[in-house]
Amino acid sequence: MDEPAVAYTGNRLTCIEPEYKEFIDPKLIRRMSRIIRMGVAAAMECLKEADVKMPDAIITGTAYGCMEDTASFLSKMVEFNEELLTPTAFIQSTHNTIGAQIGLMLQCNNYNNAYVHRGFSFESALLDGMMLLKEKEASTVLVGAIDEIIHTSHAILNRMGLYKQGPVSNLELYNTNSKGTIAGEGSAFFMLASEASATDYAKLEGLHTFYKPTGIKEIEKQVSFFLEKHAVSINDIDLLITGKNGDAASDNIYDQLAQTTFSNGKLINYKHLCGEYPTASAFAFWLAANIIKQGKVPALLGQNNSAGAIKRVLVYNHYLNMHHSLFLLSAC
Amino acid sequence: MSEPVFIAGTGIISAIGNNVSQCLDALENGRAGIGHMTCLDSVHKQRLPVAEVKLSNDELAQLACLPKTKSRTALLSLVAAKEALSNSGIENPAEWRTGFLSANSVGGMDKTEDFFKTFLADNSKGRLRDVVDHECGAVTELVADALGVKDHITTISTACSSSANSIFLGARLIKNDILDVVIAGGTDSLTRFTLNGFNTLMIVDEQFCQPFDENRRGLNLGEGAGYLVLVSDKVAATLKSRPTIKLSGYCNANDAYHQTASSPEGTGSFLAMSGALTKSGLQPSDIDYINLHGTGTQNNDIAEGTAIKRLFAPHYPKMSSTKTFTGHTLGASGGIEAVFSVLALQHGMVFPNLRLETPMKDLPFVPEKELIKNVKMKHVLSNSFGFGGNCSSLIFSKV
Repeated sequence: MDEPAVAYTGNRLTCIEPEYKEFIDPKLIRRMSRIIRMGVAAAMECLKEADVKMPDAIITGTAYGCMEDTASFLSKMVEFNEELLTPTAFIQSTHNTIGAQIGLMLQCNNYNNAYVHRGFSFESALLDGMMLLKEKEASTVLVGAIDEIIHTSHAILNRMGLYKQGPVSNLELYNTNSKGTIAGEGSAFFMLASEASATDYAKLEGLHTFYKPTGIKEIEKQVSFFLEKHAVSINDIDLLITGKNGDAASDNIYDQLAQTTFSNGKLINYKHLCGEYPTASAFAFWLAANIIKQGKVPALLGQNNSAGAIKRVLVYNHYLNMHHSLFLLSAC
Repeated sequence: MSEPVFIAGTGIISAIGNNVSQCLDALENGRAGIGHMTCLDSVHKQRLPVAEVKLSNDELAQLACLPKTKSRTALLSLVAAKEALSNSGIENPAEWRTGFLSANSVGGMDKTEDFFKTFLADNSKGRLRDVVDHECGAVTELVADALGVKDHITTISTACSSSANSIFLGARLIKNDILDVVIAGGTDSLTRFTLNGFNTLMIVDEQFCQPFDENRRGLNLGEGAGYLVLVSDKVAATLKSRPTIKLSGYCNANDAYHQTASSPEGTGSFLAMSGALTKSGLQPSDIDYINLHGTGTQNNDIAEGTAIKRLFAPHYPKMSSTKTFTGHTLGASGGIEAVFSVLALQHGMVFPNLRLETPMKDLPFVPEKELIKNVKMKHVLSNSFGFGGNCSSLIFSKV
C-alpha cells in the first residue's frame, strides 16, 4: 500500500493476481478457474496470517458466482445444442464452489455457507459470521467475498449502461462527472475471532445494511441510527471510507452526505483502486482494517497524514442505490 | 437465545400441486408429479422425465401478479411465499421486523439461457430484460419487493442444501433479536443448464426415480418453491391460532470429500444430523420420521443410509424420500421438504417412498412404501445435502 496506485485506462480494472503456487498446490491450480484461484488464494493467505488451521466456519459471499464456468457451460450447451457436454464447468459453476474448495483443501467438516445476494453478498456473510461468534457456535470464522468480471458479463453490463464509455483513467475517476463507473473485481478474506489476539487488525464494532431507501433523508436517518446505536458521533470517527465510483448519480448520494451527516469528517474513496462490483465493500472492509492496523492512511490514497493516529473508521458503501451498508471498525 | 422459533405458515408449489392442500392430497394418494417435459424446451424431452409444475409461465404470472416475462424461478417463489404469508395469519407484516430469506441454485438462468442463443451469435443482440434478473439475489428481490418486505433480504446458494440453510438462518436471525418474522425457503425452476449439467454427470434417471432401491439409477429433476413463515414467541402470542410446531434443531456441516460426490461413510450427513439432534437436545430415538434427502443416485442414498445406520442403529425411525413425488427440486428442495415435514407432524402421516421394489442390501432398514396415517409424531428430521459437500439437517417438533 506504500506504492502509488496503478493507472488504468478503460472501463475495466482487472485483478493483479499473485503467484498462485505460493498458496495452492500446482496440481489443483490447473483445475481451478480464475475466480476459484483468486478466492482460494486469498483464503489461504488469510488463514496463514491468522495462524488458523481449521476455522470453525467458512462463509463466502458472491453476487455473480463462478461466471467463467457458467458462461463456458452455457455457451457450449447453446453451441452444441445440448449434446457433447462435459461436466467440469458445470460442477465448478455452483455458487458455493469456492467455500467448498476451501473446505475440501482444509478437510474442514465445519459450518460452510454461501451468500449470493447482489450488493449484500459480503454483508450477509459477515453478519452470519458475527452471529456464529455471538452464539458461541464458533470462535474463528473465515469470511470472504469474491466476484470476477469476464468478457461476457462486461459486455452485458456495459450494454445495461453500468460503465463509462470512452477513455477514462481510474486516477481521475471522481472527477469525470458523467454517467457510469468502471468495472472491478476482487477477492478478500477475513478471519473473525471471538477472542482478541496481539496480531489482530481491528475490532468490528458493528454492521448495518438497508435496502432501497426512499431518498436521501432515509439514508441520513439510517446512518445516524447506526452511529447512535454504537454511541458514537461523526466527530468520533477518525476516517470515513465511502464508495464513490464515478457515476454522477451514484456519487451524488455520497456528496450530499458529505454536506450533512458526514460534514467535517475526513473522507477517502477507494473504487479507483478496485473498480465497482457488488462485493467491492469487502475491499473497503479490508482497507479499513489495514488502515487501523497501520494507524494511518497509506500513501497510496494520497492523503496528508498530519492528523493523529486513526483509531476508528466508518465505511459507507452503496451498490446501485439498492444495497447500502455501513461497517464500524476500531483499533483493538 | 434459547427462545423457540415457531412455524406460523407454510407455502408451496411443486409438481404435485400449486398449494399446500393440493400437495397434501397428492402425498396422501400417492400421486407423483413426474412425467414428460411440457414447459421446458430441451432436446432431452423424449428421454428424460422431469417433475414440472403444471402451470405455464403465463398462468404462474397471473397467479403471482408479476409480468410473465420474469424468470419462472421468481414466479414460483412468489406463489409459494404469498401462500406462506397468508397462511401464517400475520395480518400486517409491516408491524414487525420482517425478513425474506430465499435460496436458489441458478437465479434467472431460465431466461439467461434463452438470451444466450441470440447473444452468442452477436454480443450486441439479445433482449436485456432476459438477463437483468440473472443473479440469484435478483430473483429474491423481485419477490421481496412484491411482498413489500424490506427489513432484511438475502439469498443463500449452497446447491441442493440451499433452502434448508435459509430456514436455519431465519431461526437464528429471530433468536439474535434481529427479526421477528421471517419468510424462509427456496425456489428453482427447471432449466436446460441444470438438466444438461446433471445429465453430463450421468446421474439422471431415464425412468421414474427409485430412491433407496437396490437398483436405483439416478434422480429426476423437479421444480418448485417452498417457504415457511418463522416467528418469535412474541409474534406467536399475537396470532389467532397459536403455532403448534417449532423448529427445534438445525445443523450445517461439510463432507469435505469431493465437489460433487458424498463420502462413502456419509461424514457430512452424519455430522449434520447429529448436530441438529444436539442443538434440539433430542436423542436419535426421539425422531419419529426422517424426510430423507433420498435423491435416487447410487452415491447419495448409500452415503445417507450409512450415516443413518451409524446414528440411529438399532432403532430406526420411519423414513421416506418425497423426491419420489416432486423430483429433486435442488435449491427449493429444503423448503419444499420442510413444508412436507411440517405437514407430516400436523397430520400424523408418514408419506410413502414410492416405487421402492428391492430394498438396498447394505442397509438394515427399509423406507416406508405405503402411506401411514394416525402416527403419533413429535419430532421430524429433514435432510438436505448438496454439491460442495454442503449438508444441512433440520428438526421440526410439536410444541
